[in-house]
Amino acid sequence: MFRRLPEIETASSTVAFTIDGRPASARAGDSVAAALLANGVTVCRNTPVSGAARGPYCMMGVCFDCLVTIDGTGNRQGCQVRVAPGMAVETQNGKREVER
Amino acid sequence: MTQPSRGGEYDVAVIGGGLVGSALAWGLARSGQKVAMLDEGDIAVRPSRGNFALVWVQGKGLGMAEYAGWTKQSSDDWSGFADLLREQTGLDVAYRRPGGFMPMLSEEDLQARANTMMRLHNQPDMIPYPYEVMDRETLRKELPFIGPDVVGGTYCPLDGHCNSLRLLRTLHKGIGLLGVDYRPNHRVESIEHRDGGFRMATAGGEVRAGKIVLAAGHDSARLAPMVGLSAPVRPQRGHVIVTEKTAPFLHHPTVYVRQTDEGGVMIGDSFEEVGFDTTLQPGVSSAIAQRAIRFFPLLGKLNVVRSWAALRVLTPDGFPIYEESTTAPGAFVATCHSGVTLAANHALTLAPLIAAGGLGDRFKPFSARRFHVPQAA
Repeated sequence: MFRRLPEIETASSTVAFTIDGRPASARAGDSVAAALLANGVTVCRNTPVSGAARGPYCMMGVCFDCLVTIDGTGNRQGCQVRVAPGMAVETQNGKREVER
Repeated sequence: MTQPSRGGEYDVAVIGGGLVGSALAWGLARSGQKVAMLDEGDIAVRPSRGNFALVWVQGKGLGMAEYAGWTKQSSDDWSGFADLLREQTGLDVAYRRPGGFMPMLSEEDLQARANTMMRLHNQPDMIPYPYEVMDRETLRKELPFIGPDVVGGTYCPLDGHCNSLRLLRTLHKGIGLLGVDYRPNHRVESIEHRDGGFRMATAGGEVRAGKIVLAAGHDSARLAPMVGLSAPVRPQRGHVIVTEKTAPFLHHPTVYVRQTDEGGVMIGDSFEEVGFDTTLQPGVSSAIAQRAIRFFPLLGKLNVVRSWAALRVLTPDGFPIYEESTTAPGAFVATCHSGVTLAANHALTLAPLIAAGGLGDRFKPFSARRFHVPQAA
């Protein structure tokens, strides 16, 4: 669904991280939200009350639809965090848990 | 069908469209009355949109045992009230009664709290209800997340909570289904008692009714003297903070912190005497947040999504006023700061009495005449 621009594809180095424990790869400088989309993950959470699917949308910190658990902390805005080597990104099913 | 009333268009006009007015209008219409509910617009001083949503019993009524009994009755009737609303409207106001806690941060506070509960129950005419004073270890079995500063607390199995925004919405839907004429943007400017009925000049034109109920919260202070009543209420500000929605972990409401049915954690209980000012004070927000974290340290990890301030409607002694005018019979006033807790009573007990014509002796202690005792020299 999403493809990188060809000049970006070759220009930057790769970063290894995980999505729900599966190895994944991003480009240096990618936000978590962009990296999720580039890896084919278009649904990153289900809403806390109705359980509707949500994925990255505005990509600029406004819509809060790209909430994910990053390195054990829930409800982080994926579009506002850069992927770091070894980062553990988890999709969220429903409400975050208070202890993570 | 009810007979047309002497005063004109409506049997009863309820002035005020918040929780007190809506619960009364719902109960009056259910009692067969033709009802108008006169409300202000979207911009109004409206504590019904800012409250903490507890249906709370423990500790209330020291100084007026009748208020303790009135509160207990409402708590006992709340579950049936919620069922009636759900059957009528299809909406669930999320009433739960798991019992509530008042956690304490010092031995002195815990002892004072225990004394208050004992003095409350030692009053003549007190209807007793169960409660427990718990030490830290007992409390921790029920509330596993308490922080190291919590020394114990009190517990009452009657305490509960609901979704109070949905309660207001549900009551408004319910009164619509019962045929109540809801009139927003009808702020009442003046009331005239004439020919056994009432004529109100409002921002939306004249309204006539055989009886009126002042349930206008803060504005009842202005309206009551127009019909020979008195409602000396003042605003007391309280801040509320709500966090992001979180998986259920706090299974009992407390006075300071509760988790809503949808998962957000509400933090509250500040008391500020600042008049009609709903401006947020960061110092107050941070103080109540810090106190909440002392009770439940894991709250510190949660993101805050909203905070606001609302104005309690307080009488000089904190107890409600329910009274019928002696100079303008048929004019009633109902005001309290617990519009959520007392909603079941207002709908199921008070409204049918007003529909039938009078409050009776039970409500004498709630008369505002208690504030008119001359001061001793």
